[in-house]
Amino acid sequence: MTITRRQVFGLTAGTAAFLAFKPELSFAATDKAEDAIKAFTGDAAPMEGTVALDTPEIAENGNTVPVGVTVDSPMTSDSYVASVLILADGNPNPAVATFHFSPMSGAAEAKTRIRLAKTQNVIAVAKMNDGSTYIDRKEVKVTIGGCGG
Amino acid sequence: MAKMKKFARLSALVTGASVLAVAVTQSALSGEDSELVVEDIKFVTKAEAPADHPLDEIISGWRFRSDETQALQMDDFDNPAFTAVDYGEELWETAEGTSGKSCASCHGDASESMKGVRASMPKWNESNETLMTLENHINWSRKEHQGAEPWKWESPEMLAMTAYIGVQSRGMPVEVSVDGNAEDWFKKGEELYYTRVGQLDMACSNCHEDNYGNMIRADHLSQGQINGFPTYRLKWQGIGSMHRRFKGCMKNIRAVPFKPGSDEFKALELYLAWRGQGLSVETPSVRQ
Amino acid sequence: MASAKPRVKVPKKASQGEVITIKTLISHPMESGQRKDKKTGELIPRRIINKFTCEFDGQTVFSCDLDPAVSANPYLQFSAKVDQSGTFKFTWLDDDGSVYETEKKIKVN
Repeated sequence: MTITRRQVFGLTAGTAAFLAFKPELSFAATDKAEDAIKAFTGDAAPMEGTVALDTPEIAENGNTVPVGVTVDSPMTSDSYVASVLILADGNPNPAVATFHFSPMSGAAEAKTRIRLAKTQNVIAVAKMNDGSTYIDRKEVKVTIGGCGG
Repeated sequence: MAKMKKFARLSALVTGASVLAVAVTQSALSGEDSELVVEDIKFVTKAEAPADHPLDEIISGWRFRSDETQALQMDDFDNPAFTAVDYGEELWETAEGTSGKSCASCHGDASESMKGVRASMPKWNESNETLMTLENHINWSRKEHQGAEPWKWESPEMLAMTAYIGVQSRGMPVEVSVDGNAEDWFKKGEELYYTRVGQLDMACSNCHEDNYGNMIRADHLSQGQINGFPTYRLKWQGIGSMHRRFKGCMKNIRAVPFKPGSDEFKALELYLAWRGQGLSVETPSVRQ
Repeated sequence: MASAKPRVKVPKKASQGEVITIKTLISHPMESGQRKDKKTGELIPRRIINKFTCEFDGQTVFSCDLDPAVSANPYLQFSAKVDQSGTFKFTWLDDDGSVYETEKKIKVN
């Protein structure tokens, strides 16, 4: 039986589509993020709250997304935020940046601009000087422009 | 083979039609009613169109952007285009070519000598007997007065200089001359604006005149005004020229684009400048 | 080609104990290492600013480890508490070993 070019094309396209949407792949991205969180907190589960992400609901372009983070802390030498880890759980690699603060910071807040490959969660994990950790997650919708432009 | 061609054309038509059909009127993006004020300059981002204009009102691209994108343009430090302006200022003072002169040697303080220059571009030039854009003027001056090599259209140097000269017109109304020798160029630009091109078989007007304000997939369609160029595009993560944007748009329509610096793009630039008359120059703007 | 140029915004004056906002930006492509050369199909090697440090009179106030997901022309805004007049020093480290620096003085009364 001769295989037509159309059949080969269909098979290849079908396989490609299947591979692209393989369920395991989307879990892998969030798995990597969970691993990164564990590495940062020393396996402890971070508590919700205290740290707050400021992200747009919809990113007008995924290449440059303004992101801010604030952590509620007196920022004294006894009680201050040591670091904040920023992750993007849908990017090829979840690591985005790590902010390191000190009592001289005055306030634990920082802003930057990041790349998001697609709609996903931006995650912030704050680590205090006493080792306690806190987490916030915000979904950012990332879209493609009209003509792919 | 013939079957494939017919299928491609049909699918292109269907795609084109569905793209327009998906456009939905929306008022969700809160950027539309904001006012633009930067460094005490109040910008005209919305103006009533003159009588002979195809639109009723003229609206800057800034108004169609999200709050976050708009905010990036409202502070000269937050505006990432200003590294280009800084570089332009540096180049302005740099001696170039066989002359050993810098722009400043003849033009002095740019904030005085270049005031209003970008606002009237592109314009007919008597001695060169052609329409000249800001880039053309810069390269002509480099050759004539500095004995320097021309800068490539999209080079960091040209972008920096057009941004630096452009910012000297910031806040001033766009005002171009389209009569006399410029008239033929204006008519050519107008013709290009309304001519359908490419596989998607669309003209500039299909989006920017017939559908501005609507959503094309997730993009908020603007009127395609050029008062803010060169612009820092979030997508490019950098600053770019008008002609680069024209080229990108044509590629999106799956048309073979004209070249930056071509007569076609120069004519289109003149026509678009005319369409934006009354808007303030926003160079260097921030867009998506 | 313009080399990476830093821009920094620091208030010229502040009162003792005030928490000021500092803004920084450096022009840099932040080549992620994920992009392919359109002509050759080869991966363009990674080259990013990987570290930023802000010191005040020799003491680190704030620093940031940057990964390729930070946008080109990296922008960083943060706070600093100033107790006396002095000099802020800002340093950016490039993957290729280059170091970019700039300083800003502040008067505190």
